[in-house]
Parts: sequence; structure tokens; C-alpha cells
Amino acid sequence: MSRIVNVVLAGLGGQGVIKASDILADAALRAGRDVKKAEVHGMSQRGGSVTSDVRFGTAPEDRVLSPMVPRGEADFLVVLAASEVEVTRASLGPDGVILAPDLIPEADLPNKRSLNVALLGALSSHLDLPVDAFLEAMRAALPERLHAVNERAFELGRRVASAAAAGRVPEDGR
Amino acid sequence: MDRQLLSGDEAVALAAFHAGVSLGTGYPGTPSTEILEAFDALGGRAQWAPNEKVALEVGLGAAFASARVIVTMKHVGLNVAADPLFTAAYTGVSGALIVVSADDPGMSSSQNEQDNRRYAIAAGLPMLEPSDSQEAYDFFFTAVEVSERWKLPVLYRMTTRVCHSKSVVTPAGRGDGASAAPAMGPTPAPATHFEHDISGRVMIPANARPAHRRLRAKLAEIAAWAEAAPINRVERGGPDPGIVTSGVAYLHAVEAAPQASFLKLGMTHPLPLGLARSFAASVDRTVVIEEGDPVLADALRAAGIAVEPGAEMYRFGELDVARVRRILARDTSPEPAPARGKPPELCPACPYHTVYATIRKLDLIAAGDIGCYSLGVLPPYQAMDTCVAMGASIGVGLGLRHALPPEEARRVVSIIGDSTFVHSGISGLVEMAYNPPETGHVVIVLDNGTTAMTGQQEHPATGRRLDHGPTARLSIEGIASAIGIDSVTVIDPYADPDGFESLLRERLAAPGLSVIVARRPCILAAADIRRYEQQAAGLRAAAAASPEQAAFDLPLSTD
Repeated sequence: MSRIVNVVLAGLGGQGVIKASDILADAALRAGRDVKKAEVHGMSQRGGSVTSDVRFGTAPEDRVLSPMVPRGEADFLVVLAASEVEVTRASLGPDGVILAPDLIPEADLPNKRSLNVALLGALSSHLDLPVDAFLEAMRAALPERLHAVNERAFELGRRVASAAAAGRVPEDGR
Repeated sequence: MDRQLLSGDEAVALAAFHAGVSLGTGYPGTPSTEILEAFDALGGRAQWAPNEKVALEVGLGAAFASARVIVTMKHVGLNVAADPLFTAAYTGVSGALIVVSADDPGMSSSQNEQDNRRYAIAAGLPMLEPSDSQEAYDFFFTAVEVSERWKLPVLYRMTTRVCHSKSVVTPAGRGDGASAAPAMGPTPAPATHFEHDISGRVMIPANARPAHRRLRAKLAEIAAWAEAAPINRVERGGPDPGIVTSGVAYLHAVEAAPQASFLKLGMTHPLPLGLARSFAASVDRTVVIEEGDPVLADALRAAGIAVEPGAEMYRFGELDVARVRRILARDTSPEPAPARGKPPELCPACPYHTVYATIRKLDLIAAGDIGCYSLGVLPPYQAMDTCVAMGASIGVGLGLRHALPPEEARRVVSIIGDSTFVHSGISGLVEMAYNPPETGHVVIVLDNGTTAMTGQQEHPATGRRLDHGPTARLSIEGIASAIGIDSVTVIDPYADPDGFESLLRERLAAPGLSVIVARRPCILAAADIRRYEQQAAGLRAAAAASPEQAAFDLPLSTD
């Protein structure tokens, strides 16, 4: 069994894919894990498809080798644009989990641009990284005026993901 | 323990800062651009040169004065800098000169996937190749040590995944002998001075002949050093396979074959052939896992060491864990097609839309160039017919004009961006004035006031330095006029699309030489450009109020 958690984040340029993967990788670093993150810059800045791979150890002594998630071995595929789900599905492992935008009720999202952080919240409920590590990483990555709205988005993501795991419809409310 | 999550580019910048590098220069190019930006952010002296050749020459001069210098560029940039590079191998340096070549196997953002390990062989220079950000940090100190000990420039080869992947770095030496990084913190920059060495640095043939012999003698010494240097290491596992590898390919290989034995090469030129020979003899089967050309495999086989290269199909594109597994299994069956997502496009409010719509409407033959505007080749415009190298649009456009029958020749335009024009378009314009085609020619300079594609870097025609502070501004229209171009016009194609179209029609119909500067700031950079200009205006006002303050020396806040 793999001792490395493999996450692929995907979306379109401008959606905050790289920002989300920066926060995830920093959260793993803050939790004392070895972590690597890979993506291709450049052309993707111009509205094209963007993917970012984050890999971290399940325990502090686990070493991450290749920075890229091997095709078909992602434990989690976090997709910010519905159109990118099929494009990136091949990265997912047989027991992998897809976290797509339809997981997050749009009406509940405090700001549309916080979808990346909301999906990180959903992802966090599947991972054994401390919530505080995520929140600290998020605050370090974003300007202060965006902290409150993204904390709400993160919390929303955690709530819907744990509700989905429990097999019930999430209660509305913020 | 001070753990940081850094990209390879950031790790090199941090190492350069800690190693007492007093000057960083280069030209922006993915995936190398962030090195100098990070070096500047750390407080290092970093500057963009007009092109890679000039950057290397400035770096060489500083290294003649005993400074420690880093020069950065992408792989194709080294082609531009190759002329001084080859002879700098003869002259050597007095300080340290580290030349970063950031290669792009798989061409995520490049026009070719040339393997610059060939340059180390061709020029006769030592080459180091880190695998991840920690090595990008650690190996830099070894590069400085090698450069100063043998008084040679050192090529520091990174690749897209090493430059842009982030991994954990613990700065300062780990004390395990694998890193030359000082354990006690940053090294001060060495004092600079000049000593005459005419026979060593003036490469007339009489001096260059012995210099070539000196270079080969140095390489022989470095090869002997490399046999036992900790930068090359054997990791003993099982006897099958034994893997010779370097760079990020090493990490893929360890993941693909954790049971294997490894010869992990941190220095790929000159090679420790004795170490490789004994390694190959110690395992049942030796496979070379390398990204790009079979450079290591060819060198080892030429030395009579029986190694197995990857199949030819793996020369193309990047390696990853799955491809390494296939190489080791000698699997040459077709690979699954890579996922094809949405291609990039010109930003919705890009000022170049008008230009490409007009080119398409007029059914022109467009000799294009390297930059954001290369995206004009994609739908909906498909309005670019050639794209070869930085600055090539002008020469290629002229060649087309010379060769085509007049009615077709009159449809040829050259399209080049502002940063690219300064990089290597100016000499094309000189050629245009010197050898004008009979039908004349039209060059459109797309001036969006920034090096947009690589992330909005400054260049000489923006009038701002790498740190966005003010400096002299090169006038594109002024230089075109000075070169002797008949008609030079500046127009905003976004504000006046009809005016742009009628101007272009008129110039195409005329037999003379035209430069049209289509000027409108990049939509992504416009707000920043306004802020930099306001800051510069504030500095000028402050300097006028108290003339003893030199405005250009004031630090600029870019937040």
C-alpha cells in the first residue's frame, strides 16, 4: 500500500488551481510531511487547462520521490471546472475520489472565486492533515481581506464532504 | 530546522544569495525566469539583459573581475549565448560563473526540445544537474567550488520539472559531505579586482591554441575529481537492474524500481568513467534512464561500457514513473495518448485581437515570432505562418519577400513583440534597410509594454529595470527611424481598429519599408505598469524638489 498521498488538482487558467495546490502543499509541509508539487507554467496562464500534482507522505519519515503523480495513481482528483473532469480522469487510481464543482452548492459559496478553497475544504475532510495547517497555509497564501470569505468557503467544503460521506444532503446554513 | 517549500528556481536563487553571488543577469524564458526574480526579491543584484548573449558577456566580464556570477536562460537562449560561451571555456574566469540552462523536455512552453547536455560536450565545460530543489540549492555551491577551482564557467542544467516543481529545502549545509553549502550561513561576496592576463583572455589564434590545450587539461582533472566527488554517488540495491541516471529522471527511476542499484550522476560532464565502469561491472544489467537524447548512453558505450539506452520512442517528451517502468521492461508498445485539455488563447481583452483579425481579413502571409502573440496561430485566427526563433520573423519575412513573385510578396508581413524586437529583432531591421526587397516590407511590432508570455518582465523598451524601477527607455520607433526605415508609425490597434486596417493596407500597397508599432499595454500588466509609472513620476518630483537625491537610486516599492 502506498505511503504517499497523491492529489491532482485541475481546472482552467485563472481559477486558482495553482493557488489551491500551493495551499495544500504548504499545509503538508506545516504538518511536518515531505511534500512535492509539480505543474507546468507558461502557456496555461492564458485560459487553457491547468493541472497541478501534489504528493506528500502519510508519515513524517515517508519520502516523496518523483514530483509528478503517476498516471492512474491519484488518490484524489480535485477539479475546479466541470469541463476538465473527463480530460483528467485518467490520472485517478481505481479507488480514487473525484471532488468536482457540483459537490459545492453554488448558492452557499460566499464568493464564486473561493471555489478552489471550498474544494480544498472538501479534500481536507478526506486527509489526516490538521485543519489548522490548512487554515494557516491559506492565510499565508492570500491577502488578509480574503481570509474571512475563504475560511467560510473552506468550512462549507468540509461540511458538504462529510455530509456526502455520511450519505445525506447537507443542511443549508452558514 | 528551517524547512522551506521552494521551486528549483527559488532554491537556486537562494543558493546564489547564500553563496555570495554579486550579480545575476539573464533573459526571461520559461522555465528559468523565476530565478532572477527570486534573487532580486532576496536582495540580490539581478538584471535583465536585452538577450542571452549580452547577459553572458556581462556575466563573463564580472567573473573576469573575480566576482561570483549567475547567468540564467532557457535552453534555446543558450543558442543565442553560444558564441561567447565556447570561447569563455578557453579564457576561463577569475571568479565563479554559473550559467543556468533551463531545458524543456516535452516542450511545455518552447519551440524545440534540444538537449543542452550537448553544449557541455561541445564547449568543453563542466555540467551539473540537480534532481530536485534541495539539490538545486546544494549543487550550486559545488558549481561555485568547481568554477573557482578550475577557473571555468560551469553549466547548471535544470529542466522544467526541476525548475517548477516545489519540494522541501533545508538551506545551509547538511554536513554530510554531499553538499558544499556552508553550514554556517551565507558567504560574503568576494572582493573584486582586475589583473591583466592578456594571453589568457585575448583569444587571438596565438593565445587560443594553448588555451584549448589548457581547457582539455582542466577537463581531465575535473573528470578525475568527479570519480570520487560526492556529487556522483552509487546507491547499492539489487544487481538487476543497475540504473545510470541524472536529474529528475533519477527520482522517477527510484520510484519505478526501488529495488535497483543506482549510479546517480550530479555531474554529467565530464563523466566519471571509472566509476561508471565499475558500477556496470557490479550489476547484471545496466540501463541508462535519461530524459531527452541518449547523451549518457552514447558516452558510456563509446567508452566501451555495456549499457542499455531507453528505446528511441522515449527520446521524445518528458519521462515519468510510468515511462521509466516501460523502459526497464523494454516495452515499446504504443503509449496511452496524453490528456488533451483546453489550449491557451489570447486573453479576451488582449490588444492583439484586432491585429490578428486584420491579418486574417487581408489574407496575409505572416512571419511570426516568439511570445504571447504566437497564440495568433491558434483558432480563431490561425494568422501566423512561421515561428522559428526569437527575432526570426523579420529575416524570414525578408526571405519570403525576396523569393516570392511580387503579387504574393506584397502580402508578407513580419510580426514581432516588443521584448523580442529588442532581443534580436533590431539586427533584422538593419538587414531590411541594408538589403530591402523590391516590394518593400512591413514589420508590425506588437508593443504591449512588457515581456508578457513569461510573466510580464521588464525589458529595455519599457524603461524599467528588473525590479520595475526607472531607467533609460529604448524607443522602438526611434531606433527604426535611425536604422533608416522609410515610414514608422505608432498606432493603438485596440482604440482604432479601422485606422489600423487602413494603415496596414496602405503600407502593404507601398513599395517602401515600413514599421508599424501597434502599441497598447498588455491587459494583464496594464494596472502594474500604471503603478510603476506613478511611482517613477513621484520619484522624479521628489528629485526635482531635492536635487541632491538621485532619483534612480531610490528603492521602489512594488507592492
